[in-house]
Amino acid sequence: MKRILLCLGLLSVVLWACGPSEEKTTERPPITDSATKPKVDKAASLGEKVYKMNCLVCHQKNGKGNLGLYPPLAGTDWVTGDKERLIGVLLNGMQGEIEVNGETYNNVMASYATLKDEEIAAVLTYIRSNFGNEASAVTAAEVAAVRSKS
Amino acid sequence: MNRMTFIGFIGILSFFLSCNSTVDNTDQQAPPLPKVAGLPTADTDNGGIDLPSGFGAVVVADTLGRMRHIVARDNGDLYIKGWKGGIWALRDTTKDGKADVQKKFAEDIKGTGIDIYKGDLYASSRTEVFRFPLENEKLLPGSRESIVSDFPEQGQHAAKSFTFDNQGNIYINVGSPSNACQDQPRTPGSPGLDPCPQKVWQAGIWRFDAEVPGQTQKANGVLYASGIRNAIALDWNQATDGLFAIQHGRDQLHQLWPSTFTKEQSVELPAEEFLQIDEGDDFGWPFCFYNHMTEQKLLAPEYGGDGQITGRCDEAKKPILGFPGHMAPNDLLFYTGDQFPEKYKDGAFIAFHGSWNRAPQPQKGYFVVFVPMKNGKVVGEWEPFAYGFPQLEVVESPSDAVYRPCGLAQGPDGSLYVADSQRGRIWRIMYYGS
Repeated sequence: MKRILLCLGLLSVVLWACGPSEEKTTERPPITDSATKPKVDKAASLGEKVYKMNCLVCHQKNGKGNLGLYPPLAGTDWVTGDKERLIGVLLNGMQGEIEVNGETYNNVMASYATLKDEEIAAVLTYIRSNFGNEASAVTAAEVAAVRSKS
Repeated sequence: MNRMTFIGFIGILSFFLSCNSTVDNTDQQAPPLPKVAGLPTADTDNGGIDLPSGFGAVVVADTLGRMRHIVARDNGDLYIKGWKGGIWALRDTTKDGKADVQKKFAEDIKGTGIDIYKGDLYASSRTEVFRFPLENEKLLPGSRESIVSDFPEQGQHAAKSFTFDNQGNIYINVGSPSNACQDQPRTPGSPGLDPCPQKVWQAGIWRFDAEVPGQTQKANGVLYASGIRNAIALDWNQATDGLFAIQHGRDQLHQLWPSTFTKEQSVELPAEEFLQIDEGDDFGWPFCFYNHMTEQKLLAPEYGGDGQITGRCDEAKKPILGFPGHMAPNDLLFYTGDQFPEKYKDGAFIAFHGSWNRAPQPQKGYFVVFVPMKNGKVVGEWEPFAYGFPQLEVVESPSDAVYRPCGLAQGPDGSLYVADSQRGRIWRIMYYGS
């Protein structure tokens, strides 16, 4: 019996070693819907949550955007510079050709005016203090002030 | 040793064997490829990409910048379109596979399209197609003339990629200027315009005389096929004498319609559509998108679709094949050479530039696939052909990828060239098997 257990033990080690090899992105993608629920990180700040919900798809998790399509948020004066201009981009959206870090972009960003002042302040604070950016926070009062002008 | 122990050992042995047989042999040190007369020796690492057994690659040129489409002349010279302006002309005078002469011209022309027709070079900007005469054995062409101009200015999908038939016509892609013809572009919940005015001069393929200078879209263009969101990848299939293209499917089903589509559905849908195109076809954009899992053209949410309703999309022409969403097919090449094994003849190579909007899943694409075809019909499963371009196991964001395949060309000897849009590496892929 001990031998059998030993064999089963070895077998399970081998099975584990054989187990799922690292998935290569180059493999043929699965056709089926994996339907895994995204993990909710309770510790994540409101700003990070708003970013993931609204911004991440285009501007990417690393804030580097997508060359030629969606501009980076990392290392650009558009994000770390004038707060009023930045708040205005979220409230009014943006269209037309702009240059960011030497690259031309000409796409459409929708208005996010439906977000609350606190949410806009939080997400702008998040992008101004992440991806290597080190700019000051944006307050809900500053968002409200720009909103009242437009 | 009793019976159970014996069975146990056999089991362990067979698992070891099966383990070995599932190891991806591209990760092992492959035996050196044999020398083949007329072909340069492949680079030991194939320039950083993985290829099927018997194939090898040499890096022809590197760090050219952000390269888009590529074409080979019948003497082996290469011409490559630069996204930020200019056309690179490459020549390998020593026949070692490396371009020892590298020149750049037409620096003011930004864009994607490049091809050769009746011995002349054609290249496009975002609004115009030019012809450059190629003379004798000169690498650099003569002065250009405009063949078609005045395409609409647009921010998105402005690549004027093109191909030629055998009757003197050029077919030019004019992409849609939006994602889904919404009243408020890329805005959650904004309905689609109906009719969509963007279909009048965009979102289709226009035909022109390939050899008459000074044409404009409005005066000379023939709308050949419509309802195509953006077909950067297009090629003339010599086996059927017909046009094929691959559409970039729409984006952001979940982001724009969160109560109708889950994030997971938005990752896989809609398909990238491989289109067989006859004159007058309408493939349904912006009203329809394709679900490759159910093989249905579905009504878009901007027009009342719920992910199930087909509605007016029953009228839209279906693709011959749908690929998983967002992989960004950026070039198509029907292989007509004799160098590769027989199965590749008349099949399609497709350069998938790679996705940006499959978050929260990892990105996909970033490879060149092969679709086995005969007489314009798909005759087998598509398969990755050249892969490993990003130099990463998992791509989270496109900016992380070291290389992204964007352009394909067939050399006069049947070699396959691939152009990269990140750093400007150019590969020549060759077959060394018997």
